[in-house]
Amino acid sequence: MSDDLKYDSLLLRPIVKTGRAFYITVAILLTLGLWGVVSYLYQLAYGLGVTGLSRPTYWGFYITNFVFFIGISHAGTLISAILRLAQAEWRRAITRSAEVITVMVLLFGVGNVLIDLGRPDRMFNIIKHANFRSPLLWDVSSICTYLTCSIIYLYLPLIPDIAILRDNTTKYRWFYKTLALGWRGTPRQHRRLEIGIAIMAVVVIPVAVSVHTVVSYVFSMTIQPMWHSAIFGPYFVAGAIFSGIAALIIAMAVIRRAYNLQNYLKQIHFNYLGILLLVMTLLWFYFTFSEYLTTFYGNEPVHMAIFYAKFTGEYAPYFWTMVVTCFVIPFAILCNRKTRTVAGTVVASVSITIGMWLERFTIVVPTLVNPRLPWEKGFYIPSWVEIGETVGCFAFFILFYVLFTKFFPIVSIWEIREGREKSVVEVQERVQSYLPSEEEA
Amino acid sequence: MVIDLDKCSACQACVTACHLENNVALPTAASASKSRSIYWIQMLPMKEGRYPHFKMKMIPVLCFHCEHPPCTKVCPVKATYQNPEGIVGQIYRRCIGCRYCTTACPYTVRHFNWSEPKWPKEMVPSLNPDVSCRTKGVVEKCTFCHHRLQKAREQAKMENRELKPGEYLPACVEACPGQAMYFGDLEDETSEVTKLSREPRAFKLLEDLGTEPKVIYLG
Repeated sequence: MSDDLKYDSLLLRPIVKTGRAFYITVAILLTLGLWGVVSYLYQLAYGLGVTGLSRPTYWGFYITNFVFFIGISHAGTLISAILRLAQAEWRRAITRSAEVITVMVLLFGVGNVLIDLGRPDRMFNIIKHANFRSPLLWDVSSICTYLTCSIIYLYLPLIPDIAILRDNTTKYRWFYKTLALGWRGTPRQHRRLEIGIAIMAVVVIPVAVSVHTVVSYVFSMTIQPMWHSAIFGPYFVAGAIFSGIAALIIAMAVIRRAYNLQNYLKQIHFNYLGILLLVMTLLWFYFTFSEYLTTFYGNEPVHMAIFYAKFTGEYAPYFWTMVVTCFVIPFAILCNRKTRTVAGTVVASVSITIGMWLERFTIVVPTLVNPRLPWEKGFYIPSWVEIGETVGCFAFFILFYVLFTKFFPIVSIWEIREGREKSVVEVQERVQSYLPSEEEA
Repeated sequence: MVIDLDKCSACQACVTACHLENNVALPTAASASKSRSIYWIQMLPMKEGRYPHFKMKMIPVLCFHCEHPPCTKVCPVKATYQNPEGIVGQIYRRCIGCRYCTTACPYTVRHFNWSEPKWPKEMVPSLNPDVSCRTKGVVEKCTFCHHRLQKAREQAKMENRELKPGEYLPACVEACPGQAMYFGDLEDETSEVTKLSREPRAFKLLEDLGTEPKVIYLG
């Protein structure tokens, strides 16, 4: 072991040693993923008729998943970029695990739109015959940009750690050697890396905001009741960050447990993220309240049909579960310092993740079920194919995440070391610079 | 197009004629129970008011070929478009089946092929050769029998003359036994449809949305 790993050899252990639990996890995830693959092949052979969709409920689970997964993707890049730019020192242990979520989950966000296509064989028509007046094309453009940016943003801070792996492990040396791009850790290289990370952190924030705004535009640009709303852009972005933080807390808790990283992902991290989550809970409630009160007060019949479908009608169970899981439960847990523990924040986060999926569902489906003209009302019961593909997406997302932790350290080694060696002094100097200097006082 | 609801008896001859003309897959019990039958023109029961001021109308609804169609804007691949004559067309071979147009249309007149369209064996030889059959996974809708317009235009070109009014009629208009449907050029000041569209009985569906439908009802 070299000098690099005097303190942090624990972070390399998951890569060096593989236990039985890992193989069992992978086996379970693969089985669930296989269900998704089989479902998709079945759908490919027989058409979208194997789903529960119909006229006028043209969109269902897949579009819900699409919005949900893109929302989760805001966990990583956005939070990590904001914390980096704000020079929040507690970020060091959590940025990597956040950034990985973004990259992995984006694949499934995009994947769900492709699954939803009636003719996936023609998907390249989107490039060949691109219509830039369509919000879907805005989506394609901004998600592609976001995916590219977040891969770069994940990769840059990974380079020094890959170099550590190259120097300290025996497995797959050629792999790490290629990816390390000849990193030797000279001051010049460090300076360049820091500039690169800083630029990407600035670039990634507007891109991330644009992504979820544009996702909401898919709905709000149509003239359908309860979709055609100016609040949708910020509402979706807030919801995305909300569910993103929740996903990050769950991921961190699992990593902490599985790899014994209690010393790195500490109580304090969960506490801080819990406070952020509390702010987002309140923001989410504020947006939801504004949105529904405006509709209710306006009292337009087409809008009210959908409003009552959610409040008292067939979608009431989903709607009220959403209110409880997105607001009541997390607010009760997070507003109290005593319950804002690791376990407490995880319970709140699981609740929010379920709630935010339901939120996406109650936005997409009830509007479609109640068409403007008095056609027969729609109904929507998802088939086993849709459920299978949804489970499959979740399984593959978790599997990719688990595999990442087996090839790369999930807590940034060099950033932790930098914090230990430099930041303690730097922060002290920084705080001193805020205070009135002695000569003038 | 103008439809006089006072003359319409809701016999649905237009619906049948449309299915035969445009190779629309036949609705079956299975497709109907799942709300997946395809109709390019369909009777819509419209209830107005409450008892004792209750009124019921049966309205044949088809694609309105809006002047400002919400569907063409949102198609990511330009598979649906407005042609110079104002007909909203659909390119089946380009459509990727994302169903954005079907959700954006406020009239819900666009239909999706949830599975491969099927006909009884005996019907297959009598499919209309002028209209291409759709595959599973694409969107389709009324085209105002665009293929008939093309034919009529070719004929006029061959005979070296302009297209005459009434030379081209969609199948539904032709089949209507009550002669409740009128078809013509709404941009022509003197055409019958223009005159009818100015009647006090004239109305359009969901006119306040500003889509400017080109199917006008009288009633």
